[in-house]
Amino acid sequence: MLDKIGIAKRLAKELKDGYYVNLGIGIPTLVANYVPEGIAVEFQSENGVLGMGPFPFEGEEDADVINAGKQTITTLAGASFFDSALSFSMIRGKHVHLTILGAMEVAENGDIANWKIPGKMVKGMGGAMDLVASAENIIVAMMHTNKNGESKLLKRCTLPLTGVGCIKKIVTNLAVLEVTSNGFKLLEKAPGVSVDDIKKATEGTLLVEGDIPEIVF
Amino acid sequence: MINKEVSNVQKALFGITDHMTLMLGGFGLSGIPENAISELVRLGVKNLTCISNNAGVDDFGLGLLLQKKQIKKMISSYVGENDEFERQMLSGELEVELIPQGTLAERCKAAQGGFPAFYTPAGYGTEVAEGKETREFEGKMYVLEHAFKSDFSFVKAWKGDVAGNLIFKGTSRNFNPCMCGASKITVAEVEELVPAGTLDPNQIHIPGIFVQRIFQGTHYEKRIEQRTVRQKV
Repeated sequence: MLDKIGIAKRLAKELKDGYYVNLGIGIPTLVANYVPEGIAVEFQSENGVLGMGPFPFEGEEDADVINAGKQTITTLAGASFFDSALSFSMIRGKHVHLTILGAMEVAENGDIANWKIPGKMVKGMGGAMDLVASAENIIVAMMHTNKNGESKLLKRCTLPLTGVGCIKKIVTNLAVLEVTSNGFKLLEKAPGVSVDDIKKATEGTLLVEGDIPEIVF
Repeated sequence: MINKEVSNVQKALFGITDHMTLMLGGFGLSGIPENAISELVRLGVKNLTCISNNAGVDDFGLGLLLQKKQIKKMISSYVGENDEFERQMLSGELEVELIPQGTLAERCKAAQGGFPAFYTPAGYGTEVAEGKETREFEGKMYVLEHAFKSDFSFVKAWKGDVAGNLIFKGTSRNFNPCMCGASKITVAEVEELVPAGTLDPNQIHIPGIFVQRIFQGTHYEKRIEQRTVRQKV
C-alpha cells in the first residue's frame, strides 16, 4: 500500500517535458517535490502564478505571494503573475496540459464529486469545476476508500457532482486505474496489495486483464 | 489628467447604503481591500450582497462584516476556514451562492467589458447549471452565465497614481483587476499613491478609466492565512 508520498511519487511519473501543470490542494501539491530529473515543467496555481517554486525559508514569506491553498510560496526563474480571469483562460483554453486533483468520489463513467456533502460540509468548488470541465488530461489522486472504509470508486457518484465524464485516470494508495467505457481498468497495483484487495475496495466495475504489474517509481 | 484621488477612506465610500451589491477583490486574505472593509464595518451598512472569491476568516477580511451580520448574501467560489460563516449559512441567516472560480472571474470581466452573458463549460451537468440555459458547441456542452450587476467595486493595488492607474504585486492581483470598472463605482486603495507621471505607462496593469476613486490606504496588516516555510539545510 502507498502512503501519500508514494502516491505523489507515482503521480510525478505522469509529468512530461514541457508540461504546464495545475496541482490541487492536498496530495497533488506534494507532486512538485518529485519532478523527474531532466524534464522541464511549470506549475500553475489558479490564484494567479505560473512557475511556482518551493515554500520560502523562514523569514522570507511574502503575504503577496501565495498558492491556491493560501500557503506562502516562492517563484522560480521564468515565473509570471496574472489575474484570475487570465488564469482561467489558461485552464479553459486548454493551455494547461495536466491537472491533478483530489476527490471524494469518482464514478466508473468518469464523473467526479469533490466539493460538497449536503448538510455537512459546504466549502465550495473553488476552481475545480472549471478545471474538470476543460482539461483533457485529468488525474485524480486520492485514497481508495474513505475514513469509514467505504469505496470512493463507485458505479455512480452519490454526492453533488463537480464534473461529468471527465476523469481519465486515478492514482490511489492501492492502485493506478484508467476510466474506460466499460469501467475502471486496473493498470498497476501498489506493493503488497493483491488484485483481490483492490476488487474488495472498489464498488464500481473493475476490469482486470492479464497480469497486473506492481507500481514502480 | 483626470484626477481620481480622494483624501481618505470616508470620502472613498461616499454613497454606500444598505441593500447594495459590492464586489471585493482578494484571494483568501491576499489582496483584500482592508481599508474599505474596515470602513464598511464602521458605517454599519446592512443587507449587503458581496461578490468575493472567499469570505475571509472569522476575525479578518469579510469575516469582520459577517460578525456584524452586515451581509445578506455571499457570492463566492470557496468559503472554508470561517466558522461564523458556516454557522450563519447552515442556520439560514446568510444566503450563499457558490459558483466556479473561473465563472466568478469571468462574470466580473463581462460586466467590465460590456458582455451581457457568455458560455462556459464549467459546471455543466452539476447543480450549478440547474435552471440555466445550456448549448452545444462542436459536440461539447456549455452553460450560459450572466455578467454581474453591482454598485461598488472595492479593489486593492500595490501602487497607483492620482489618475487611477494601478499596478498589482504578486498573487495579490487575483480578482482585483477583473473587478475594476465592473460596478457603477470602482474604489481603489493602494499601498503607495504617487503623482501622475511617476509610473511607467508600460507597466500599468489597469488604466485609470476603470477607476472612479483612489486613495492612499493605511495600516495594512496583510495577514498570511497559511504560513508555510521550509528549513534551511
